[in-house]
Amino acid sequence: MINDTVPIGAWIEPKSRLLDLGCGDGTLLRRLIDDYQVQGYGLEIDPDSINLCIQKGLNVIEQDLNKGLKNFPDNSFDTVLMSQTLQALRNPHLVLDEMLRIGNRCIVTFPNFGHWQTRVFLSIRGRMPVTQQLAYQWYDTPNIHLFTYKDFEALCSERSIKILKRSFVGSQVLGLNNLCPSLFAKTAVYHLAK
Amino acid sequence: MDLVCGATLPSHSLVFETYGTLNKARSNAILICHALSGDHHVAGIDTEGKIGWWDHYIGPGKAIDTNKFFVVCPNNIGSCFGSTGPTSNNSRTGKAYGDSFPSIQVRDWVESQKYLMDHLKIECWAAVIGGSLGGMQAMCWSLAYPDKLKYAVVIAAAIKLSAQNIAFNEIARRAIQSDVEFKEGHYLDHETSPKQGLALARMIGHLTYLSDDALGTKFGRLVNGGDIGTTGKEVGEFEVASYLNYQGDKFSQKFDANSYILITKMLDHFDLAQDYNDDPAKAFSHAQCQFLIVSFSSDWRFSPLCSEQITGSLMSAGKAVSYVKIESDQGHDAFLLPNSRYQKAVSLYLSRVSNELEESSS
Repeated sequence: MINDTVPIGAWIEPKSRLLDLGCGDGTLLRRLIDDYQVQGYGLEIDPDSINLCIQKGLNVIEQDLNKGLKNFPDNSFDTVLMSQTLQALRNPHLVLDEMLRIGNRCIVTFPNFGHWQTRVFLSIRGRMPVTQQLAYQWYDTPNIHLFTYKDFEALCSERSIKILKRSFVGSQVLGLNNLCPSLFAKTAVYHLAK
Repeated sequence: MDLVCGATLPSHSLVFETYGTLNKARSNAILICHALSGDHHVAGIDTEGKIGWWDHYIGPGKAIDTNKFFVVCPNNIGSCFGSTGPTSNNSRTGKAYGDSFPSIQVRDWVESQKYLMDHLKIECWAAVIGGSLGGMQAMCWSLAYPDKLKYAVVIAAAIKLSAQNIAFNEIARRAIQSDVEFKEGHYLDHETSPKQGLALARMIGHLTYLSDDALGTKFGRLVNGGDIGTTGKEVGEFEVASYLNYQGDKFSQKFDANSYILITKMLDHFDLAQDYNDDPAKAFSHAQCQFLIVSFSSDWRFSPLCSEQITGSLMSAGKAVSYVKIESDQGHDAFLLPNSRYQKAVSLYLSRVSNELEESSS
């Protein structure tokens, strides 16, 4: 599990309204509620994950992100967060637009497919990468849209999405993630606005 | 008691059943609200051997665990299982109310349940739980007495009925009123009963509580136990027909026609946000409890969209809410039937309630 909560926490206003898209078992949401007293809601589709969220005392809403977010009014949340889910969506770019409509600010985290390990996997072994973070075989992976942080930034620029801040999580050695995130960042974390 | 419509019931009685034990702090009570045709016998087996209508969910070790909670279920006024209703004696006239029973609203049911709460010396419900019309009562409780419940579990309900829902209810009422035995509602005076009309009303209602898939799986085109294609030329009654007829007849033996009319009208007129500028979020801004909202994928009477509207309004109001959409082919009836995911979700949610009770007592 990559710890991507450190930069996220710094971008969240205490006691603000937070919507977590694809909240999984609710570990991150629970932490943000405990640390920042946010009024948090999580959207999730997997029944087992929903049960775990209920057990954690979270507000969890069963909803399929692929079917849209039209039920949420404009600017109804201070922050819309999506952690490690963008790559699993059918239309990541449209969801991104929706996130920016619903939230004043957005936080997105995703695996950087350009990490050296995945590059090595593909270029040397000639096989689709199976790593700790992308731990699935190509045929049963939920991660149907793999991209690098540079791809993401190109998309932001295309759609006029403002990148307020970005942060890279990965190799601890010599600050390599920041020096050359393209190769060394395992997870990219972005703070976005319209 | 004074009713919303302006009429007064000079006296009223409420029959109820309880299960489990009320703790010393009197804080572990759960109110179960029944729907259109329900009664107070919600769990266990009564003296006649009848199993409670929600026995799958209420009992020791079940989703609503009577080892932990004290469960209370009344039969509501206007119904016909022992609480004051159209078949009861009107003390003013000395005769049964019949069709002169005043019109009642969900808020009146909540009020009569509040009397019961006071009678039982319960300060605050640990939870108020109900499906369909029962869920409407749970929501109504959260607005009428916000500090008198900690949790509300609202299952297969809606903020208000759709035109289609009202239409189905009107067809059911017309079926009853068209029965010659109805005698414009005075059938008790004539010592008769519009059983045919009531059976027909129930058949319509019952059909709408099921899904096409469930009916197809259960009956398909079976005729008298055999398939129409294989039993040859003999054409008998379709099993789905005999099933519906049986359900209708069974219901008409036990339910009162005036109660059916009264309570379907109550359903039609329920509108949670009416007094709040038609804004459900504004209505819910008054609530203080936490909510669990449950819907069923094949329910087309109170579809998942209805529950999603409730959920969305609660989120807009900044209230604590969780929502689960249970996969089921059982239609609206699913809320009464066993379903492992549904049981698990309710059970886990109520564990939150019982854990909170334990924490506050320690």
